[in-house]
Amino acid sequence: MDFSIIINEYQFYLEGLWTTTWLVAASLLLGLIIAIPAGILRTNNNWLIKGPIWAYMYFFRGSPLLVQLFLIYYGVAQFDAIKESWLWYYFQEAWFCALLAFTLNTGAYTAEIVRGAIKNMPKGELEAAKAYGMTRLQTLRRIILPGSLRRALPAYSNEIIFMIHGSAIAGVVTIVDITGAARVVNARYYAPFEAYLAAGILYMCLTFSVIYLFKLWEKRQHHI
Amino acid sequence: MTIPTISIRNLHKSFADNEVLKGIDLEAHQGDVISILGASGSGKSTLLRCVNLLETPTSGHILINGELIKMKDDKKHGPMPVSIKQVERIRSRLAMVFQGFNLWSHLSVIENVIEAPIHVLGVPRKEAIVKAEALLERVGLFNRKDYYPGQLSGGQKQRVAIARALAVEPEVMLFDEPTSALDPELVGDVLSVMRDLAEEGRTMLVVTHEMAFARDVSSKVIFLHEGLVEEEGKPELIFENPTSERFKKFISTVY
Repeated sequence: MDFSIIINEYQFYLEGLWTTTWLVAASLLLGLIIAIPAGILRTNNNWLIKGPIWAYMYFFRGSPLLVQLFLIYYGVAQFDAIKESWLWYYFQEAWFCALLAFTLNTGAYTAEIVRGAIKNMPKGELEAAKAYGMTRLQTLRRIILPGSLRRALPAYSNEIIFMIHGSAIAGVVTIVDITGAARVVNARYYAPFEAYLAAGILYMCLTFSVIYLFKLWEKRQHHI
Repeated sequence: MTIPTISIRNLHKSFADNEVLKGIDLEAHQGDVISILGASGSGKSTLLRCVNLLETPTSGHILINGELIKMKDDKKHGPMPVSIKQVERIRSRLAMVFQGFNLWSHLSVIENVIEAPIHVLGVPRKEAIVKAEALLERVGLFNRKDYYPGQLSGGQKQRVAIARALAVEPEVMLFDEPTSALDPELVGDVLSVMRDLAEEGRTMLVVTHEMAFARDVSSKVIFLHEGLVEEEGKPELIFENPTSERFKKFISTVY
């Protein structure tokens, strides 16, 4: 057991921590931008509107993130049309493929959270909005969204944690995230236990920071 | 003859095969306080909810201040209003107080009260706040204005709901069993606020089980039975000399 190698190679881990953080943060943000309209439209009764969204959510929630990443990173390269277009500039980058896969994945899960929260909106509050003459758009903007997004927060904090942990597969497509850093260190020193334990601790730090922030927020929102 | 504030003519409402209202006529003039009584299932809540079109009548006419709510018979959806804009505009002049309070739980007490004035009626925010504070003072909850509904008791919630209703300066206030979900010791506070409102000449339609309120406060009582008006009149008359056997039985069992 020799933990001095971790201390010697701490820069690798810091770099990995940074990569994991921005990759996860960016996919969560972009995913949320997809998820809110997708979740709203998913509650629509028209199949032309909710059908495509249902299919998107069904695919990304139904298959492993790793398979989705491979489809984008390896699979897309098979199509000459893309290889010859400007898109290839992005798709040849591992970070772009990981970001895209993570965004679409978390977008689908978060859309489901949004949909559930909207479905569980207390009927009486909607009725009150109606009775006071609000239009459907006003009801959505002023009552349904702020109310249900707040209620969705505990479920969303879980999604963030899943995303942090799920992002460990970015290392498979050459990205040096936390897991990637551990792999490099292990390859250099052949000290798998020390290398991956350090990675595990870093993930724990990230996870508990998120949990802590949500706890703080929930304390402020104890009334809901 | 003044134009009635609310005029309901031959109102029918069915849910699938179940006809809940079988032809109701009702007129409310400015300042009337009409209590609507009846056993559960008699259609009294449905009647009230038809006035602001929370329920769509199957047939009949509703006029608010002489303005007919235009209805059409849609092939696919059945009877429905011609113009949702008209319905929204009329709703914004009525105000409803619900049995289950139905406050918006993500908004604080004062935000609940200013929501409709600002966003539906277009009242400037500052003005709406000043008025909301006065209304909360009036229902005895000014010191709770920054609380959230989840932090209040049922009676407090219902008084906030009444302040929310008053904030839109409604032409008619619709009360749908406002005290039925309350613990007995909290009923009094809500009823005394409603009593005040009646005394200052508000037009109110009240679905209730509170016989004392119906008898002492309202200017007219309507007793529904199986979707029809079984008995109606001034409370002092019909409570003393009910013509309907059913109403006689109803008041003897309930109070």
